[in-house]
Amino acid sequence: MVVNCEEVWREVSNYLDGEVHPGLRLAIEAHVRDCQRCTAVLDGTRNVIQLYGDERMLEVPLGFGQRLHRRIEQNLPSSIPPSRRTFLGWMVAAAAAVLVVGSLELVRASSARRPEQRSELARRGSGVPPNMMVVVTEDGKLFHRAGCPFIHERNRPRTITASEASREGYTPCIRCMGKYLADA
Amino acid sequence: MPGRVIALKRPAGQFDGDPRDEVMLIQRVRDGEHELFYELIRPYERRVYATAFAILRNEADAEDVAQEAVLKAFKHIRQFRAEARFSTWLIQITVNEARMRRRKAHANIMEPIADRPDDEGNYTPRDFADWREIPSETLERNEIRQKLAEALAGLGQIYREVFVLRDMQRLSIDETARALGISTASVKTRLLRARLMLRDLLAPGLGGAWCGKWGGRLSFEKGTKPW
Ligand SMILES: [Zn+2]
Ligand SMILES: [Zn+2]
Repeated sequence: MVVNCEEVWREVSNYLDGEVHPGLRLAIEAHVRDCQRCTAVLDGTRNVIQLYGDERMLEVPLGFGQRLHRRIEQNLPSSIPPSRRTFLGWMVAAAAAVLVVGSLELVRASSARRPEQRSELARRGSGVPPNMMVVVTEDGKLFHRAGCPFIHERNRPRTITASEASREGYTPCIRCMGKYLADA
Repeated sequence: MPGRVIALKRPAGQFDGDPRDEVMLIQRVRDGEHELFYELIRPYERRVYATAFAILRNEADAEDVAQEAVLKAFKHIRQFRAEARFSTWLIQITVNEARMRRRKAHANIMEPIADRPDDEGNYTPRDFADWREIPSETLERNEIRQKLAEALAGLGQIYREVFVLRDMQRLSIDETARALGISTASVKTRLLRARLMLRDLLAPGLGGAWCGKWGGRLSFEKGTKPW
């Protein structure tokens, strides 16, 4: 099977989503190897997906969580048994404290990834079978299943176990490891 | 990490989106522990906002719609069916609320919503000799996130919705189709178009956008506006 540039452009999105049959996948890969223009299309599209898929792109206005929480509180039916009231009071106070800290962090912002994200990534890694063989690259931060279109071939991929990858600080690729991740 | 310290003191344990905890939380909210509802939606509040913003492109409206959507989810929590993901259900409610708001806004200014049908013609990506990778680390910078948001806001509505649900909210193709009430084939067509347009918009070399010197809006060569 041979494909031309137009066919590659038509399928590049499906290809990156793993939605093309194996024959077409090989044909696309063969074409892209020899075609500079399509390489630039594929690389750019992959880059777009990676950038926008980053948690850092999900920004909310300052104080959003607090205002949302307040709005919910105002609208909850008051059906809470008296025995639980102290506990509720505690919960609200604690949640408010978390929110205050959260917004302070937002103000400090921009420099570092927020801690909740780091913990989220770590948690996500836990669902991957530790002995599964995965692919990592030199300057990447993610580990992948073999054949994942998000592996950058030119960055010298290496195959190790998932637990080794985690130890080395790699986190699972959401595209190919999706089924192992306790994604929300 | 001060947030973590506080979290440790919480008797109920902090819910972080684990699906098993989630099923239990939903049950408890249904059983009358309404105060747990905020715990349930907290991991998703940023996604709810992002969804509303993608459709409305206005911070104040997006925040209001996000709140409305969350309240609606609370009101209808008994209708939630466990075979769907809670996050997907919540996003779907948000999409509906946001679309309603948009329709209302358009009705007020007596203007029909002009959602263009899918473009049947094939899209030709711009020809660059090479793609200069924009590394994820640059997302630490405010102005880079801003540029990305601007590029996204420049896409047509139908492309933006699909792209946000699929590539930012990470819904599956099926879930995206269901949330938007369109076919999976349409999701794929629009997604392809959205991704390629963004790729062309973000292509390095556009005024040296990624070198940090350039402060203007995204610029385009004459006649290359892809939408
Ligand atoms: Zn080609
Ligand atoms: Zn991958």
